[in-house]
Parts: sequence; C-alpha cells; structure tokens
Amino acid sequence: MAEQAHPPKNNRSILHSIAFRNIAYQLLLVAALAFLGWYLYDNINENLDRQNIATGWGFLNEPAGFDISESIIPFDSSQTFARIFAAGVLNTLHVAFVGIFLATLLGITMGIARVSRNWLVSKVASAYVEICRNVPVVLHVIFWSSIIRLLPHPRQALEPFNGAFISNRGLMLPFPVDNILYPWVAFALVLGIGGALIFARWARFRREHTGQYISVFWPGTSIIVGLPLLVWVLGGAPLTWDYPALKGFNYQGGISLSPEYIALLIGITVYTGAFIAEIVRSGIESIHRGQIEASRALGLRHGFIMRFIIIPQALRVIVPPTASQFLSLTKNSSLGVLIGYPDLVNIGNTSLNQTGQAVEAIAIMMLVYLTISLTISIFMNFYNKLVAIRER
Amino acid sequence: MENLKSSASSQKHERLVIELTGVNKWYGDFQALVDINMSVRRSERVVVCGPSGSGKSTMIRCINRLEVHQRGRIVVDGIELTDNLKNIEAIRSEVGMVFQSFNLFPHMPVIDNLTLAPMLVRKMPKKDAEELAMQYLERVQIPEQAFKYPGQLSGGQQQRVAIARSLCMQPKIMLFDEPTSALDPEMIKEVLDVMIELAEDGMTMIVVTHEMGFAKTVADTMVFMDAGEIVESADPSKFFTAPDNPRTKLFLSQILTH
Repeated sequence: MAEQAHPPKNNRSILHSIAFRNIAYQLLLVAALAFLGWYLYDNINENLDRQNIATGWGFLNEPAGFDISESIIPFDSSQTFARIFAAGVLNTLHVAFVGIFLATLLGITMGIARVSRNWLVSKVASAYVEICRNVPVVLHVIFWSSIIRLLPHPRQALEPFNGAFISNRGLMLPFPVDNILYPWVAFALVLGIGGALIFARWARFRREHTGQYISVFWPGTSIIVGLPLLVWVLGGAPLTWDYPALKGFNYQGGISLSPEYIALLIGITVYTGAFIAEIVRSGIESIHRGQIEASRALGLRHGFIMRFIIIPQALRVIVPPTASQFLSLTKNSSLGVLIGYPDLVNIGNTSLNQTGQAVEAIAIMMLVYLTISLTISIFMNFYNKLVAIRER
Repeated sequence: MENLKSSASSQKHERLVIELTGVNKWYGDFQALVDINMSVRRSERVVVCGPSGSGKSTMIRCINRLEVHQRGRIVVDGIELTDNLKNIEAIRSEVGMVFQSFNLFPHMPVIDNLTLAPMLVRKMPKKDAEELAMQYLERVQIPEQAFKYPGQLSGGQQQRVAIARSLCMQPKIMLFDEPTSALDPEMIKEVLDVMIELAEDGMTMIVVTHEMGFAKTVADTMVFMDAGEIVESADPSKFFTAPDNPRTKLFLSQILTH
C-alpha cells in the first residue's frame, strides 16, 4: 500500500504484459479446439461402434453396383466406388469450369451493358441482373430443368439446323469424325495463339518506338483462326460429320448434352453471371469521374481511356469478389443432385446410401470441394497479384 | 487566307484564340451560364473569379467540351465546338487543363502519366515522349520524382505533375480550374510560381482562382462572374481599384478584407 503512494506506478505483474496475454490467448484457443476435435472423434467412433458400422476405406475397391447417366470416363456398374467417385468429380469439374467461363463472359457483357449510355441496352441488362440475382439458385436450376422437360419428345425434336436436335433428351449436335490431320490442326491453333501473342508484343514495341499504334484485334484473330484453317485446307480439307440419328427412343452419334447438364449449366451460369455483372459494374463505376475528365482533357479517345485508365483501375476492384463468385458457382454445381445430374454430391449420396459409409463419403466430398476451391483461390490470388497495381 | 481571317476576326492586332458568343447552358431548369460573351487573344492571361456556383468552372469546362453548352458559339483556335468528335479531339489536344483535384492517374508512375497522351494522341515514340516529359518535370522542378507514383507525392508536387502532364501535349491554351483550392497553404506558392513562369513565357491562359495576389501579378484581364453571367470584365488596375458593378465591389470587399 505504501508503494502505491509513490508515482510513477509500475506494475510488473506478468499477467498484464501484452506479449504474455497474446501467447496465453492462443494457447487457450488451441486447447479448446483440440478438445472439440477429440470430443467429435470420440463421439462418432462410439456411435459407429454401437451401430456396428465398420469404418475404413475398403469399400472404395468394391464394385459400385449402380450406374450413372453420363460420365466423361467410361463407367459401368461392375466398376469400383473409387472409379465412380472419380467420374463424379470429373462431372462436377466439367459443369463448374464451363459454367465459370460462360458466367464470366455473361457477367462482363451485362456489367458493361448496364453502364451503357444506350437506354435500351442498360435497361435490359438491369432487368437481367435484378431478376436473376434475386431468385434463389435452386429455383434457377429447377426452372431450366422443367423447361427442358416441356420440350418435345425425340421423335418430334426441334431441328434448328440440319443435324442439330433439341428435345427433352437434351441437345444433339453433329460432330466431325476424327481424322489423322486434326492433331496437326490443333497444333496449328496453338502456334497461331503463340503467333498472335508475339504480334501483340511486336505491336507494342513498335508503338513505343515509332508512336505508330497498330490495332492487334483483327490481325491477332486472323492469325489464330487462319493458321489452323490453312493447315486444314492444305491437308485436303477433310471433314466428315457424324450426324446424330434417331435410333429407338433416343439419338445416337454426334455429340450430346444431357438435359440435366444443360439445366444445371444454364441455372448456375445465369445466376452467377448476374452477380459478376454487378461486380463489373461497380468496378467501372468505382473509377473517379476526374480520371475520365483528365483523360478526355488530354485528347485521349474513348477506347484508349477504357483500356489504359478505366480497366486497369477497375480490375483491382473486380477480381477479388469475382474469385468468390467462381467458388460459389463451383459449390452450387452440387445442386445437380436435385435434377439428377451425376455430380460428386449425387454420386456421394448414392454411395453413402448403398454402403452406409457416411463419414467416409462425406469426407471425400468435403475434401474434393476443398481442393477445387483452394485451387481456384490460389489461381485467383495469383491473378489478383498480377492486376493489383502499385500506387505507391 | 490566314491574313484575311485574322484581320476579319479581330480589331486588334493579335488573333483571337478563344471566342465565346452568346453561350448558354442549363442543368435541367437551372441556368448555369447566361449569355456568355468572351474573347481571348493569343498570349492573353485571363483570371476568372466569382462566388461559388457562379458558373466559372462550367464556363471553362465548356471550352474543352467537358461540359456541353446548349446555345451559342464556342470557337477555339479557329475550330467551332460542335458534337463533331474529331473537332472535339482536335481542340482537346490543343487545350491543356489543370483540375482542382489534380486527377493524376494513380496506377502509373509520374513519367507514364506524362508520356501517355503524347504517345497515344501525338503518336510520339516512347523515347521522345520520355525526353519531353523529363524536360517539363525539370521545368516544374521535380525531375527526381519521375519514377514515383502520384500517391507518394505531396499535393503541391502532384499539382505540378498535373501541369507538366498538360504541357507535354504542347498545348496552345491552358485552362486552370481552381488549381490551388485543394492545396495546403504552404504548397500554394510552389504551384503559383510555376503558373507565373508559364505566363511569362507567353502561354494563353484562363485561370479560375481566388488567389488575388496571383491575379494582380499575371492577369491581362479580370473577369468577374455571378449567377452564370459575366458581370464585369476589365483591366486588373481598374478591376481592383474602381470596379463598375456594385456586385463586383461587394465580392472584392468580401475576399480582400482579411
């Protein structure tokens, strides 16, 4: 008590040290998490024992005993659970990546359209965004699934052009029969893309050294399209179409997209596209008006302002939330389970019911989604670093 | 032809580079500019002042078409401003503008801010554009900041970069829209010094400002605006000592009392 009378007061108790408290709180949190983990593990084990369910991964090597409607890798019911899970993962990846690609295109188009000065264009885009993002994604998927079911039977299929059929069994398109020349055409395409990139670099180099601005779009497109076309023509232009044809109750030949795939793809694409459109719009609108005025005052053309001033600054705002949209699209692809698309969740659920290996089946699904999502995250973080321009 | 045109368009010996004739502008029901008539000769320095909301900024922003006037004629360097995009671009590349809020491009180093327009609009090779940029950075006395980003500079430095950026287009006319209003007091002088030097070199300038000391130093003509009208346009010696209009007197007494 006598000490307290003497200023300055110096409390030396370790309990009041910031460094000590930081470590202590972390240790407490680790202990709490460890306890929770142990409790859950113990609880599950006890319950599984009581119900006489064996745990383990052995079931993966047993025959699945059920079939799936579509698969990228060949599959029949005598093959293993491991293989059917792989088929499910591939189906999920298939719909997710095509969905991400299309949703990005749709979102960018609609986002730019929304800030357009053209009244009709901007209103159409606004209507799209407001309708699509305000309806739950489940309804989108079910809606498109129902629409497809209302389409005519294969025998009365719509034929928008020769060889293409739209029916309640999906979309059938003619497909070129494989030819020995095609790998070379593909190779020419890769060369063409490389050539276009080199051309773009050259055009930039030339602009910086002579001041001459060369548009890259048309020459670049010509190289990318022209080179494979040239190889194909020089090789005698081989082309035989494999047309889908009605055999029995459905079409055979060509390529086909199943009604489940189309419904799921359109549903998640249209839904996510609306969110991406809003992100793109907010990115463009985040650019201070003074930036555009200053560019105009310097005499810059609209296209240059967009490319050198608006887009580089807007991308920083656009990329991080768009990455989240890619993740949510991927996870929303699990709604395939509702309409019979054999995605990972669909197959996981069926396997779970067949084997009773709930913990393992769910662990597989969680791990796969985690892996896909983390991969997308890593890629998008990398891309974000590329576009996250310095300001100081 | 050239002689005919200049003798026809000007009673004085110098050629008019900016002519505003009966310019009117409305924002909805609000009339921002009322029958503006003004002409600026080559190398003339015009300082525009007036209370806020009087239309000063709107008027100079009409000169490079950042705002669109609805009635009247604006002719800049012999080109009439209409909605013809080529004319607008031609005029903008001859008319430099400095803004209150600098409006530098934050994602580019200073040097790129300066070389962008000369390269894209004037089709200047990069090397030449960079030489030109360094030349103007030296003129505004911050060549050592060339590779920093705008966010790393002080307000005064940023405004000097903005002036240099405009000068890199080698404009015939410079418009200044309250260039020192967003600056801390100790940085105003460095910007005004650059502007005084520019005036001494014979640049045609229209400056919207409340810096009356600067106005007295450089102005050939003082313009006072109120409620969208040019109330008074006079020689600085007359303007500051014996203005004709009572509104001008009131305004000057309000800003010169302290």
